[in-house]
Amino acid sequence: MKDSFINRKYVIMVLIVLASLVLLIRLFIIQVVKSSYRLSADNNVLRYVTQYPARGLISDRNGKLIVYNQAAYDLMVVPAQTTKFDTTGFCDLLGISSDLLRKQMRIAINYSRRAPSVFLKQVSNETYAKFQEKMFMYPGFYVQPRTLRKYSKPVAAHVLGYVSEVDDGITRKDPYYKSGDYIGKSGIEEAYEKELRGRRGVKIFLVDVYSRIKGSYEDGKKDTLAIQGTNISSSIDLDLQEYGELLMKNKRGSIVAIEPKTGEVLTLVSSPNYDPALLVGRIRSDNYALLSADTLKPLFNRALMASYPPGSTFKPINGLIGLQEGVITPSTLFACHNGYLFIACHSHSSPLSLVGAIGTSCNAYFCQTYRKVLENPYYNTISDAYDKWKGYLNEFGFSNKLGTDFVNELTGFIPTSEYFNKYYGKNRWKALTVISMAIGQGEVGATPLQMANMTAAIANRGYYFTPHIIKSVGSDHTIDKRFITKHQISIDSANFESIVLGMEASVNSGGTSTVAAMKDIIVCGKTGTAQNPHGKNHAVFIAFAPKENPKIAIAVYVENAGFGATYAAPIASLLIEKYLKGVVSNKVREQSMLNLNLMH
Amino acid sequence: MDRSNNIWNRIDKISLILFLLLIVMGWVNIYAAVYNEEHSGLLDMSQRYGKQFIWIAASLVIAIFIVIIDNRFYFFFSWFIYGACMLLLILVIIVGKEINGAKSWFELGGFSLQPSEMAKFGTALALAGYLNTKRQELTQFSVILPASAIILFPALLTALQPDMGSSIVYFSLFIVLFREGMSPYIFFSGLLMAVLFFLTLLTNNLYLTIALIGISVFLVWFATRKWKLVFLGTVIFVFIAVILYLLDHYVFKSIGNELVIFISLILSGIVYAIYIYNKRAVSVLIIYLFLVCSTIFINSVDYTFNNFLPTHQKDRINILLGLKSDPHGTGYNVNQSIISIGSGGFHGKGFLQGTQTKFKFVPKQSSDFIFCTIGEEWGFLGSGIVIGIYLFLLLRLIKLAERQRSDFSRIYGYSVVSILFTHIFLNIGMAIGLVPVIGIPLPFLSYGGSSLWGFTILLFIFLRLDASRTEYLI
Ligand SMILES: [Zn+2]
Repeated sequence: MKDSFINRKYVIMVLIVLASLVLLIRLFIIQVVKSSYRLSADNNVLRYVTQYPARGLISDRNGKLIVYNQAAYDLMVVPAQTTKFDTTGFCDLLGISSDLLRKQMRIAINYSRRAPSVFLKQVSNETYAKFQEKMFMYPGFYVQPRTLRKYSKPVAAHVLGYVSEVDDGITRKDPYYKSGDYIGKSGIEEAYEKELRGRRGVKIFLVDVYSRIKGSYEDGKKDTLAIQGTNISSSIDLDLQEYGELLMKNKRGSIVAIEPKTGEVLTLVSSPNYDPALLVGRIRSDNYALLSADTLKPLFNRALMASYPPGSTFKPINGLIGLQEGVITPSTLFACHNGYLFIACHSHSSPLSLVGAIGTSCNAYFCQTYRKVLENPYYNTISDAYDKWKGYLNEFGFSNKLGTDFVNELTGFIPTSEYFNKYYGKNRWKALTVISMAIGQGEVGATPLQMANMTAAIANRGYYFTPHIIKSVGSDHTIDKRFITKHQISIDSANFESIVLGMEASVNSGGTSTVAAMKDIIVCGKTGTAQNPHGKNHAVFIAFAPKENPKIAIAVYVENAGFGATYAAPIASLLIEKYLKGVVSNKVREQSMLNLNLMH
Repeated sequence: MDRSNNIWNRIDKISLILFLLLIVMGWVNIYAAVYNEEHSGLLDMSQRYGKQFIWIAASLVIAIFIVIIDNRFYFFFSWFIYGACMLLLILVIIVGKEINGAKSWFELGGFSLQPSEMAKFGTALALAGYLNTKRQELTQFSVILPASAIILFPALLTALQPDMGSSIVYFSLFIVLFREGMSPYIFFSGLLMAVLFFLTLLTNNLYLTIALIGISVFLVWFATRKWKLVFLGTVIFVFIAVILYLLDHYVFKSIGNELVIFISLILSGIVYAIYIYNKRAVSVLIIYLFLVCSTIFINSVDYTFNNFLPTHQKDRINILLGLKSDPHGTGYNVNQSIISIGSGGFHGKGFLQGTQTKFKFVPKQSSDFIFCTIGEEWGFLGSGIVIGIYLFLLLRLIKLAERQRSDFSRIYGYSVVSILFTHIFLNIGMAIGLVPVIGIPLPFLSYGGSSLWGFTILLFIFLRLDASRTEYLI
């Protein structure tokens, strides 16, 4: 029986060998040639869970906590790992609409099916507790702990600023930030972002196909811990801040109080303001839109960003310059006949010396002083004399940014001689052309912060430290060098004494500021009225106390309140007393200020 | 007594060792595939590796019985066994337990049996029994048809369960018919159709058509060795195709690339026909017909699948192709399977170190996708060794088959080779994305009593026949 088909065994053998070769070649390609599968397997099984650090805490100058953290939870989803689930129950549990569920799922799927995305941000503790019990029913979902800001009192919103999530612009500019991170957006939160933010950590987990965590990767050797943000002590006095905001309720304006010896800002009020808790968590964006749209501009920080003509509170500095330039002496007398040329004055005894002129806020006296400063024969041209005058102002921090720790700060405005040369022709202007600046009107503009700083410099009799909102950073109490650098003003301290006497007289010897007087503390102050072309003038008052070894320098602005003595001075005196004594004795004055409503 | 001692000496030791090696490797990998820390005991009966241990022990007992039984039993009872198997296949459709939409299992008090695994050796025996006397006439349809019926009857019954994977395996027995004398044209066109069918489901049929044209051009050159002819044919085809494509692109806009190629093929064929007629180039004609038929075939498979089948039937085919158990959408199984194997690299991640395996990313990993565990934990090295062992076993079995004195034993031997080969190729091919997902086990390695026993019986009947190869069966 000859087998005529015996050679066909070779065909079959070749077939089998070829098939095995096909398998081996394919295996070689996917196992040895391509390395991407290793990555895919890792992506399957490794879940990188960012460990978000808690932001640093912020306390006041006395160690009272102002800002701390509360737990919140971001609900995350890995779309590929979800299974069909009871959507109604899910929505009820989280208190969301089914539309939102669908929308968020779509966004997550568009981002990546395998990588986690945020499904619902900042779920509250209570919702989280409810959800956690049922989480096993919703594979693919898990929570990521976060922290949100919490405020011990609804105050100091402008000082503290707020925190928001980074947007694409930020992540593109600064590689540190990843989508989902938080960043300080104004105030201390922005200025000290680097210190407050801490450092992210990452935990690597192994997850199974149902996205259940099965353990840590390589026993956690590759994990990094989150490092909590540095705690910060603010220079703010929380009680004083709260009291200041209370007094400014229903008024537009601002208060800046500085400790003259250090430049530390004790209180910084901008009114109207808002509860900082409004800009936290999921309600933030809605509230932010509401606050932005508010015609009262509660987000606007007047203390740093509003420029007013200083009015009569500018007189002390003009007096100082007159003394330093030698065009007047403390005993120089100027007559006042209800004004000087076209600038009117109220009725008072005449003639007056410098102290009396500050006390009664005589316009004629300072116009004549200013004229002497600008017409000083020592200088060849009016431009030179004017530049000298402006140089002193610059030393006080006018028409410049003071360099505080706030990121946004207005420079204010003092015109240069160039400005007038351009306007009137080179040196074709006279002292009388710009005479309104003698009494703080006209082209001059300064922020409340600059005025408070000037007051501090007067209180110190000739120097100041750059105002700052931070007392110290971290446990080793560091602070930026620029805040401990003394700014000495090139005016003799003896000249300051004359001005201080004038400001003392203003409050205590029947001057314009007597409403600010206190029994046992010598307050030195000066009223002012900032001209307002859009309506009723703004009331301004600057003061420091006590006269010797001053502890507080303050500038108070109340918009549309008219004469400075009426509203600004009482508020300042209440704050001074509160700060120096801890209690307020003049309850009648306090009550009338609290009740005052200037917003209609 | 004397005789049964002898029989163990005459059993092919190489095949026996390879068999033992495979079941041990199978058990180790099943252990890895279902491993969890709470049940790490080797013989924990609540776990699959514990159960597989029992299946292995039982399969060894079965193997011993098969060897002890007289070799003539299998010859004389081949039809009886086939009949019994067919009865079981019919019965399972009626009273079988439905799992995943298929009635493939008998369940008898916690113990399940899959008759399709047993029917394979029954069919092999019947085929050997039938062809034992008829093999000289396998060139005639009067023999091919009954032989085909023996093969296709269980295939049909299995398809009715429906278990497409197991059904496809029966077709591999045509390899045996080919070996025994069936026309190679029938065999190779069948093989080609099978390959084209899988490729159509796996890839874009435009590329497939283009690849086929390339192959045909090569074949024409191979058959005639005439560069001029090849060049001429190619130029004519490309010329017509470009014109048609431009016409479609700018004028008709509705023909579609597949049809453009097909029409070009027909038109260039007409131009070509003169040449073929003048030169009596029969081989070229055959190649041309092959090309046209394949193109029609792949386009009609694709077209039928996409256009004629209602959605639920399409889903049904997807289910049959094993895409149904996808928890995460089409292609998930294969993707994860390829990721598992691909991530193993050259050396593999090591025993119990495969993350894909450990965290259950591949469904059915201990049964149909056991090769993933091998690929991930033992790498290219381990995969290569497994394929090498299989290849060695298959070639060894061919060698044994060819040394048989009786046609019955040789035909049975080739049946064993064909069935094992098909299982191995399709299973591994499926795991690495070469063939569609077909739910069939990897012989001796996959978890499951029925399949392990089925393969053991299949193999050991042949080893038993081989042990007595010097004896005449009748
Ligand atoms: Zn006067």
